[in-house]
Order: sequence, then structure tokens, then C-alpha cells
Amino acid sequence: MRTTETLESTGPVEPTPPPGGSAAEPTGGHPPSINRYLARHRDATSTGAALLIFVAMVIYGQITYGAILQPSTISNLLINNAHLVILAVGLTFVILTGGIDLSVGAVIAFSSVAGMMLAQAGWNPYLVVLIMVLIGSAIGLVSGCLVEFFDMQPFIATLSMMFLARGLASTLSTVPERLDPDSPIKELAHQWKLIDGDKVNDLVVTPGVVIAAIVVTGGLLAVHRTRFGRTVYAVGGSEPSASLMGLPVRRTKILVYVISGTLAAIGGVVYTARLGSAQNITGIGWELDAIAAVVIGGTLLTGGSGSIVGSVIGAFVLGLMNVLITRDGGIRPEMTTIITGGILFVFVLLQRAIKGRRG
Amino acid sequence: MTTDETTDDIVEVPPVREARSTTGGARAVPSRLLRSQHIWAVAAIVGLLCINVVKDPGYLSITYSSNTGAFVGNLVDIARAAAPLIMIATGMCLVIATGGIDLSVGSMMAVAGAVAMEYLSSANAPSSIGAAAAAIGLAVGLCAVLGAVNGILISVVGLQPFITTLVMMLAGRGLAKVITGGQNTTAVNERYRWIANGYVLGLPVVFLASAAIAVAVAFVIRRSALGMMIESIGINAEASRLAGLNRRALLITVYVVSAFLAGIAGIFSTGTVMTVDVSQTGYQFELDAILAVVIGGTSLAGGRFSLAGAAIGALLIATLDKTVVFLGVPASATPAFKAAVIIVLYVAQSRRVRGWAAGLRRSRRKSVRQVVAT
Amino acid sequence: MTTAPIVEMRGVSITFPGVKALDEVDFRLLPGEVHALMGENGAGKSTLIKALTGVYAVDAGEILIDGEQRGLHGTADAQTAGISVVYQEVNLCPNLTIGENVMLGHEVRGPFGIRWKATHRRAEQALARLGLHDLDTRVPLASLSLAVQQLVAISRAMITDSTVLILDEPTSSLDATEVEQLFGVIRQLRDRGVAILFVSHFLDQVYEISERITVLRNGRFVGEFLTAELDRTDLIANMIGKELSVLRSIDAVRHQRRADRTDAPVLAASALGRKGAIAPTDFEIHTGEVIGFAGLLGSGRTELARLLCGADKADSGTVVFQGRKAVLNSPAAGLAHRIAYSSENRRDEGVVADLTVRENLVLAVQARRGWMRRLSRREENEIVDTYVTGLGIRPADPEVRVRNLSGGNQQKVLLGRWLATRPDMLILDEPTRGIDVGAKAEIQAAVVALSDGGVAVVYISSEIDEVVRLSDRIVILKDRRKVDEIDVGPDTTTATIVDIIAGAGAA
Repeated sequence: MRTTETLESTGPVEPTPPPGGSAAEPTGGHPPSINRYLARHRDATSTGAALLIFVAMVIYGQITYGAILQPSTISNLLINNAHLVILAVGLTFVILTGGIDLSVGAVIAFSSVAGMMLAQAGWNPYLVVLIMVLIGSAIGLVSGCLVEFFDMQPFIATLSMMFLARGLASTLSTVPERLDPDSPIKELAHQWKLIDGDKVNDLVVTPGVVIAAIVVTGGLLAVHRTRFGRTVYAVGGSEPSASLMGLPVRRTKILVYVISGTLAAIGGVVYTARLGSAQNITGIGWELDAIAAVVIGGTLLTGGSGSIVGSVIGAFVLGLMNVLITRDGGIRPEMTTIITGGILFVFVLLQRAIKGRRG
Repeated sequence: MTTDETTDDIVEVPPVREARSTTGGARAVPSRLLRSQHIWAVAAIVGLLCINVVKDPGYLSITYSSNTGAFVGNLVDIARAAAPLIMIATGMCLVIATGGIDLSVGSMMAVAGAVAMEYLSSANAPSSIGAAAAAIGLAVGLCAVLGAVNGILISVVGLQPFITTLVMMLAGRGLAKVITGGQNTTAVNERYRWIANGYVLGLPVVFLASAAIAVAVAFVIRRSALGMMIESIGINAEASRLAGLNRRALLITVYVVSAFLAGIAGIFSTGTVMTVDVSQTGYQFELDAILAVVIGGTSLAGGRFSLAGAAIGALLIATLDKTVVFLGVPASATPAFKAAVIIVLYVAQSRRVRGWAAGLRRSRRKSVRQVVAT
Repeated sequence: MTTAPIVEMRGVSITFPGVKALDEVDFRLLPGEVHALMGENGAGKSTLIKALTGVYAVDAGEILIDGEQRGLHGTADAQTAGISVVYQEVNLCPNLTIGENVMLGHEVRGPFGIRWKATHRRAEQALARLGLHDLDTRVPLASLSLAVQQLVAISRAMITDSTVLILDEPTSSLDATEVEQLFGVIRQLRDRGVAILFVSHFLDQVYEISERITVLRNGRFVGEFLTAELDRTDLIANMIGKELSVLRSIDAVRHQRRADRTDAPVLAASALGRKGAIAPTDFEIHTGEVIGFAGLLGSGRTELARLLCGADKADSGTVVFQGRKAVLNSPAAGLAHRIAYSSENRRDEGVVADLTVRENLVLAVQARRGWMRRLSRREENEIVDTYVTGLGIRPADPEVRVRNLSGGNQQKVLLGRWLATRPDMLILDEPTRGIDVGAKAEIQAAVVALSDGGVAVVYISSEIDEVVRLSDRIVILKDRRKVDEIDVGPDTTTATIVDIIAGAGAA
């Protein structure tokens, strides 16, 4: 098998004997080797890079500030970023198809404010959670239809939905809507001690973290084991080809936006349970954090390449960055926006450079 | 590699006698389409004013206050509020015409305000024209540089406009915060303040200035070949390249202009209160700009554009904002309404709906083939 | 062979506004046979393919598959009917693995989703049946050469047990060895009973692989021939539409003035080439000379022309223009040297559809002037009047948007744009394509006038008689290289050129 980097014809090349001639039945397995693994899993390199960045940050943090590699810090990292992980997983699907969803933060605001108000009005809390999630799905469905049926560019369609959802949230309420502390929803933030360390240094998780883990697992299953998941990659790689291959492109493109909206709403449930209240200004800027997480994780903004695992790592990179900045105390809080923007920018440039070389 | 057959020969359109189309500014002969768009927007403004008049019959009254030398009234307020919008809508119009987008205009306003306020507060020269001029110069100068960065990243490096300007939006606001150290810097300078709050011939300076600048930009664009060139690269980038147009230079220019005008809008915004609010100044203004441009008849896909339409769109948005407040609707709901309008306009403009409309109008004929893009 | 055809088209017509793409075409495909479909630009080949794959619906006539009439509504429908197509661009997803590209849509599923081990095994089996034994199907498709990717595409088509396989220009990007590999696969499939429709403009390959040839011309069915019984020159004659005897008796209409070739050439290119597009070529043209590029589709005429004006950048070679070295790395550079190029793809590379006739006409002149110095109204009017009247652009209203003009008039607007730049050298690529007879004559007359006026003209056309009529010299290209260059004399006819093309060996 000849490996070539470019797809252009390069004119006459030295002839290689055509593959074939072996009369044996092809075997299912091939001798394992590093090269084989790398060739098969091109995505793994970018995920690995994200993991390296995370590990490097942990080491740096441990050395510079100490107290990073300890159960309480790890617990906080997990608990505080569970919602971001869920957001990032949803957004990964959309970005893999080459689209974008800028409405996720607003979805959280609207669904959680609506949910809190319903809860306060005495509605069944389980029903309330369901409604919150369905609100997210509905908004995602509208975005998907705008993009697919009306040829709206994803960023303008979801930008509009963002303003629409946030405006609707503001119409409902502009003050924090509190959650009744006795509400079962609060249970989602209940802390389970996994490891009892000395003093307050315990490893703690919440159901919210568990939900995030379930979402990640579900996402991985969908991406690797369903035709839908592979179609998502196909659409991102070459939509016209996917169409000609007979894959359900239209349905897939709408579905990814529904997934993004739904998961955003689920992330909102997790966050609201932890915080105990919801407000119309919740989630402002979270779409950018989610996009940054996905990009750091190695997913190409142009689609077709990337991984769920990478996005999860990316979310934790951002979470850890916040921890380090807080520990440092010397970096002004207003710098965080620049830093996130800067990181996003650097990664986008890198993606462009690598694509330019490959392409 | 030459293609086998161009479907160009297959989807020929029979010659159609069309109304004279717009080529621009002074020599323009408005096309039916653009003209009707403007009328729609003007009618919407009138409609909103009527609604206000219903609530308060004295809404439209304008009085002259001789001690301030100013006309006072709701219409005057609308004009003043429209000033920064007109600026960013003009810049956004040019960017959209090239097929791009500039999401960073709101942050540019904050940057300009931050630079100006910082400079003025450290210069501490409350009545110096020089200080005001320097502050303005530095502010819009920095914005122009940032606009050039946008333009270069998009045209030379080849990044998508939305992600580039999205990052610039983040970075810009962060930069504004860094410039002021996170504070909402206040400064005192009578000359600078006069721009936003003063009156000339009874009319607000800020409105006259924005109108004058918008007219100047339109004049330069349409008088020179820039207008046609911008439209050309927005409609067909490859054909324009083969005709010898310099796409890079044109793209960088429009992003610089957009940032520059956003900087001016920032000057207007901060001048009213002589404070820059690094979180709130210019916040969500990009939506207003996009909406104004779309209302004005410019397609988000790029190509032919209408600066007059964008200006009218800006006036419409200012009127809408004031009306919403006047009617007691919570101001936080307006973004939702604006977003809904963008969606409706886009959908109405879309090919699918136009196809339906055309199909309804046409009598039964053979259906046109779907040409699959190969 | 009196087997029943697996696919039959009877009197099929497909019409688009203004153009009849297929005009009562009869066509049949027999199983276990390689059938070539040939024709020049606008012949209807791609329309026929799209009719068979369900992309276009037919307006008249019927399509029978295995004896039964069928309406095909979309690619999925065609696939169920047993028709698969592999396009020149290999419409697969390079970011997915080989196995996925073969199997996606027909994967092996289990209770927990796709069973990858079984799926990849089936993919390997499918590939092995085409002779591809050592491919690791878990590797991304992009790691393969285009030739092997094409074979993967064919494997995908065979997964669904297609009875008809359409190959649209499959060999355009393959080298000789890869072509042989492909042909081996084609023969295997043919022997298994698959009907193969081989669409290509490479004459030698068609003669090597096919048993039968159908020729289309201007949307009409010209004839079905057995390859073994069809002479190459007869084939070309059928494709370009002249009876052989008529070909031999056409005299080239010659303008008496001879181009002055004693002077230094206006443009001299040496070893000018671009990888994958055109082999390094030498080329010279003198003031007032008309040089025609002749060759079949895909021979490299446009590719060479684009290097001569800066539309594409050359990988090798140098250009000397009017005595000085010229670096032609952009169209603007070409125009700065007063070299103008009228592209053959007027939709995507020519007209700026939403601009008016006036704006399209002055665009290149304005670009040359720069943005600051806008042409005055008077200067614009001068250009507009000259070319609207001179070229007969209809409607004669300069404020009409070009998108509303017919193809022929759009072409005239384009021509006007380039003529307005007063070029020293003008390259016209298929300027008369899709234009009515009257307009064709007008354009050819304009070319003569130009060369009389001292402009060096490169004239590219698939209509060889036009090229012969207008040119002082003809450069003949085949398979991406120049194979010959002849002076046009009183005995030069279309047949001369056709013979050269047919006779020149494959590169």
C-alpha cells in the first residue's frame, strides 16, 4: 500500500506492483505496532496533545502553587466543570459537521429560569427537569431547521437563537430565581464522599458529575457505534460525498443541533442544581468556553476530525486554567477573557497551519 | 482540469427585461428591489412612531429650548441614539458585502472608549481641544489597527470571518479591561463631551457628525471604484481575481473601516456619560449592526449592498429601542425581538421561500431541474 | 450477442430552460460488457448519467431496467435499482477510514451498535474481490493514492451488488500503471456480468477497454458502434459532427495577411509547465498572430492558456514578454502586461452575475486603474457603446444585470471586458461555446479584426473547423502535452488536425 500525502496527481511516478496476487483469505487482524496505531487513529494525536497540555498544566500548577494533586482540588475541578463538559460534548457534535452553535449559553439561561419559575410555582420537580431539557431540544430543533431548510449560515442562525433565547429568559425574569433548598432537584448537587481524606481534603463527587460521565459515555457510543455518529464525521469531511453515498445528511445535520440544545439544557440542570438559582444572565459567554474546550481538544472547526474525549480534556484544561489563575492571584480577573480568546485563537491558527500543510 | 460540461449551458435563463439597477450614490438609479426595501423600513419607522403617538399624543412634539440652544423632544432623542448605530451599521454593511461578518464591533466601541477615557483622565486637561483630539485619534487609531489584524487574518491567513472576529470580540473586550485596569474610567473634557452632548443649529452634534461621516464614507465608496469592487468580490471572488482585482487589499480595507467606524461609535457612546463601562459599552451592538444591514436590503451572502439602507435600518433600530422603553416593555426583551426579526427577514429572503412565491405566481409549467452541485 | 439489455433508454429527452440537454436519445447497456460513452462539450454525457442515477427526471421517453420501465427518483432509488456510479472526484469522505467508506450505510450491526470487527472484515472481503488484498481498512481513506481510492469507491458500489457500474472520467488523474490496475478490475467485474458504462475522452483507453461505443452530440444520439469496427477518425468525426468527406473538402478560409514572424515574438515561453496540469511546454507567439490550440477535452489546452496569463502559477519554465522576463503569478500581473484571458467557464470564472452589463464591461479596466481613479461617465459610456453595439449584446440596456442575459450574450459581455483593456495578447478559451450561429460569426470576425490590429490571439475551441479557419498556426495538444505544432496552409483542413490527434501516441 502506497501512502501519499497529497491527493493531486503528480504525473508519472515509479510504478509499484499493484496490491494483490496473494491467494490467501485476508485476515481480520494485523500485527500491532505504533505506526499502525498512529495511522489508524489520526485523531488520537490531537487528543494526545490536549492531554499533554493538561498534564503539563497540572505539573506546573503543582510546582508553582502546590495543592493541585489532592482530592479536594480534583473534586472541585470535577464538580465545577461538570456542566462545561456536558456543553462541550454537545457542541462537539455540531462542530464535527462543520457547523457551530452559539446559543448554548442562552439555552441554559432560558431553560433554567423557566424551570426555576415552574418549580417555584409548585410543579412536579421531575416534570420540571424534563421540561427544561425539552426546551433545549426545541431551541436546537429550530436552529437545525434554520440551517438545513433555509440555508442559513450556522453562526448567524444560532447567534439569532442565542439572542432570542436570552431575550425570552429576560422576559421571564431579570432577578435570580431561587430553587427551594428542599427540592429534589437539589439532590443533583448532593455531595457523595468517595474518599475521606484528612480534614476537608476529601474526594467528592455529585450526581451532576455522574450525569456528565453518562453524557460522555453516551456521546462516545453514539460517535463510534452508530451510523449517525459516523455520518456526523462524514458530513464534516465532505457533505456532498456523504450525500452521494446515500447517507442521511439532512436528518443528521438537524439532529446535531437538537443534541447540542438538549445537552446544553442538561448542563443547565446540573449547574442550576449546584448553584441553587437561575438568572437570565446565566451562561453569558459559556458558548465561547465550550467552543474553546472543543478546539483545545483537537476538533477542527471546519469539521470532520476530532473526538469527544478531546473536548472533555479541553473542558478540564479550561477549568484548571481558572484554578491556576485564582491561585496565582496576580493575574487580573479581566485577563481571563483575553486568555480564553487567545488560546482559542492560537489553536485556530494551528489548525489552519496544519490543514495548510496537509492539504 | 477542464470540466466535462458546464451546467452553465443547461440552466440558461431567457433574456429578461429588468428595471434599471443601482450602481450607487449620486448616479444611482435605484432598483426596484432595493427601493422597495427602503420603503418597507421607512414605513416601519413611521408605524412605530404612530404606536407611540397613540400612547402619548404629544410624542412627536419638538420644542426649542433657548437656554441650551437645542431642540428637545423624543425625535431628537431617537436621532442621538441612532448615531453610534449608524456608524457601526455602515461599517458592517461593507464587511457583509464582501461575504464576511464582523462580530467585534461592540468590543471595538469598548476599546475606543477605554483608550479615550484613560488618555483624558491622565491628561487631566478639562478644556483642551488638543487633548480631546489626541484621545479620539488614539482611540480610533487603535481600532483601525485591530481591524487590520482582522482583515489580515481573514484575507492572508485564510481564517473564517466569524471565528476571527469572534476571537477579536473576546480579545477586544479583554483589551479594554486591561487598558482601564478593570475600572470604568471616567474623565473630564468639555470638548470631548460636547461631541456627544452638544448642539449645533439646535441639532445634536453626535447625530450630525454620524450623518456626515456616513455620507462621507458613502461618497468615497461610490465615487471611487471601491463600491463596485467590493460588490464584485462578494458576488464572485474567482471571477474578480481573474479580472485583476486585489481581494486581499479590499478585505483588509473593509475590516479596517468597520473597526474605525466602530471606534467612532465608541467615542459617541462614552461621550454622553464621559465614562467607559468596559463590560457594557457596545455590548451586543453587533446584533444591531447586522440587523440594520439586513433590514437595509443587503444580503448576508454578500454582493450588492446599500449604505443608505443600512442607515435607515439603524434609524429603525433606534426607534424600536426607544419605543420598547416608552411602551414599558422590559428592555431586556428587545434582543429577542430583534433576533426574531432577523430570522423572519432571512427566511423571507431565502431561496426556498422565494421559490415557493414564484411557484405560486407562475402558472403550471414544467418544473425546473434540481441541479446537483458536482 | 443477443442478450437483453440491462438498461435501456428509449426516446429520452431532458429539457432545461432554453436548452435541450438530451433530445430523444436511445441508449442501451448490455450486461457483461464495457460500454464507452463519448462526446464533446455539451454533448449530454453528464446529463445521461444523471438521468440514470436518478438526479434528473426525464421529460419524455422511458428508462427500462432489466426490461421494466422505471422512474428513478434520487440516488438511493437508483442504487436499489442496481445502478452505481463512481465519479472522477471519487465522492467518498477522506477523513473516514477505508472500511467505513466501503461499508457505511450497510454496516454490520449488533445490539450495541455497529460491530466494527465484522464490518471491517466484510470491507476487506469486498476489496479483496477487486484485487486489493493488503489494505488496512482501519486507516483513513486520505492515506491512499487517488487511484486506490477510486477502487475503494468501486468496492462500495459493488457492496450493494450493482448490476450497472457507471465510471465517469475515472482515469483523468491516474498514471499508466494505475490505469492498468483499474482496467484489470473493470475486466473482472465485466466477466462477473456487471454492465459497465465507461465515460472518458481518452481515445486510446476507450479503444483498449470497451466493446461498444455510443456517441452523443449536442444532446442527440449519433450512433452505437462496436469498438472493433470503428475507426478512430470516424469516431472523432462522429463526435464533432462532420462527415468525413465533408471534412476533407473544407478549405481553410485564410485571411491573406501573414503574421510577421521575423520580429521577436511578443511572448516566448520556455518549458512552461505545472504539475498535474500540463507538461513543460515551449510556446511562441508574434504580434498580430493567431495561434489556435486544438485537442480533445482534457488535452491541456486550458491549463496551458492559464499559465500564459497568470491565472495559474507555473511550477517550471520562464516567460519572456515583449523582450523582458515576466513573472505571471496572478491575473493582475497578466493584465499589467496587457495579457487578457477569457475563461471557458463563464459562470464561475467570468461573469459577475449580479453586476450590470456596464459594470462587467468596465471591471478589468477599472481594476487596472485602481480603486481611486474611477472611470468617468464618459469613459464608461465609450466602452459600453463600443462593445454593446460592436458585439451585438442583447438586450442593449447596459443597466441590466448580467445574470439575466442568455449564455451567448454573457459571453459577449465577457469578451467586451477583455477587449476593453486593449490587450497586446488575448487568450480566448471556448469563446463560441453555447452561442448561436450568428453570434459565432460575429465573434470570429472580431478575432480577425483584432489580429489585423496587431493583437496576438490564442484561440481555443473544441470546434476544430473554427480553429483551422482563424489560425496562422495550430498547437495540437493531447493528454496534457503538446504533441505537434503546424503552420496553417491552404491544404490544412479539420481532417489534418483530427489525423494528428488520432495518430499521436499516448504520452
